[in-house]
Amino acid sequence: MSLGMEKRGYAIKIMKNKVYDLLKIGKRIDERSLDQLREIKIVTRVVEKADGSALVSLGKTKILTGIKVEVGSPYPDRPNEGVFTVNAELLPLASKSFEPGPPDERAIELSRIVDRCIRESRAIDLEKLVLIEGQKVYMLYIDCYVLDYDGNYFDAAVLSAVAALMSGSLPVYRVIDGRVELAPNDRMKIPLRTPPVSVTMGLIGDKIVVDPLPTEEEIADTLVTIGIDSDNVVAAIQKSSPGLLPVSMLKEMIKLSLVKSQEIRAKLLEAVGNGR
Amino acid sequence: MVKPKLIDENGLRIDGRRPDELRKIRMEVGVLEKTDGSAYIEVGGTRIYAGVLGPREVHPKHLELPDRGILNCRYHMASFSVDERKPLGMTRREIELSKVLREALETVVFLDEFPRMMVDIFIEVIQADGGTRTAGITAASLALADAGIPMADMIAATAVGKVDGTLVLDINEVEDKYGEADMPVAMAPHLDSIVLLQLNGRMTSGEIEKGLEMAQNAIKKIHAMQVEALKHRYRIEPEGMET
Repeated sequence: MSLGMEKRGYAIKIMKNKVYDLLKIGKRIDERSLDQLREIKIVTRVVEKADGSALVSLGKTKILTGIKVEVGSPYPDRPNEGVFTVNAELLPLASKSFEPGPPDERAIELSRIVDRCIRESRAIDLEKLVLIEGQKVYMLYIDCYVLDYDGNYFDAAVLSAVAALMSGSLPVYRVIDGRVELAPNDRMKIPLRTPPVSVTMGLIGDKIVVDPLPTEEEIADTLVTIGIDSDNVVAAIQKSSPGLLPVSMLKEMIKLSLVKSQEIRAKLLEAVGNGR
Repeated sequence: MVKPKLIDENGLRIDGRRPDELRKIRMEVGVLEKTDGSAYIEVGGTRIYAGVLGPREVHPKHLELPDRGILNCRYHMASFSVDERKPLGMTRREIELSKVLREALETVVFLDEFPRMMVDIFIEVIQADGGTRTAGITAASLALADAGIPMADMIAATAVGKVDGTLVLDINEVEDKYGEADMPVAMAPHLDSIVLLQLNGRMTSGEIEKGLEMAQNAIKKIHAMQVEALKHRYRIEPEGMET
């Protein structure tokens, strides 16, 4: 129910019945099993001018994240922590339902979910990003671009942001007489603690599908994204579409997400885990 | 800023509450003149007005749907509602919350009862002391009921947090700022289902289950208060009983 809200009425009821009938015999419209992820491909360092970048495809959904690093001031209430911000854009070439212009509520929600997964799992060691306490810190701008939308931009965006962080690097600055000076040709790894991943699930009747396609998102009773860190602790949840979510189904979803997150994290580590 | 101790040696919280205790809640229905339905809520230091306009003609016209109505929701904080003045206009946080609040309310409103029409919900936070989205949706449901919008259930909400390792109900601003996790939950009590759920912060699956149980019990209490607030507004004194 998240996208294409205008297509409703009988067409959607027929589609929902069809999808649900398949789910009852353990099948999905693309032949996957209910808890099966689509193929994940991760390519890092695709943009040389970025301080970190990763192109992730999740089935036919494709997201590119690039990181740019600057030196700036910390937040006044957090003088000994670096700063990062996440932005996401649903590019109009990714889907007919995306329009040019400033980020709409879907894009803002996406960026805030990616931010939440990274921030609340404490993935980035922000205390190691301080150059002069209270004055100069590293600022990481993590920008996600949805290039192709074929369902579930949440998990693909989190994957590409984390892959870009893991494979990226920071310019090195030296502090001389209270001033920061760039040390040319020197780079250091981005200090990370844990690679968080997210698992998005759709609830269709009493069935839970992992990594939903656009059609499944459209007919689902509701959608839930769960962010999980490497200690198997939940760090973020977002119910991202209307609909009733029975407490019992949420419990099932959390259990399932804990299992699937390990599968996704294994893929991530396989692609960018070298030296970490 | 040094993190204060959030749970004392007696197991009480920074404002003296027990872990499973709600703050003082006050609700009033029908507080604004020009809206079709309105409500005011206080939860501790949090103060919120909610107003509903409609059903009315869709504007802009091309957005109207032939088979059902549309619901709009704006969650907005006054510039002076927080410690440091909030810039005017909608922040990214407010845009995200407006979306999840609208989706939660849309779940229970019978939109097919008013095709080609729209209903606007405005949630105005005038003072924020934690739990503004949950208090906001509680007030918004009251305002919808006051406006006579048909609904399957009346949504009530609260947040569960984790502070100094303890699960606590209805967290306030300090607990939100220095605590480990914040999980706002809104439910349709009669349908036994969640309509809004978010989590910011780390919780194990066991803690989430325990937290949901705490939230569910509190939501029943808040729902009962909503019903009382509506009764208070619409009570008709039997004839001949006026003094």
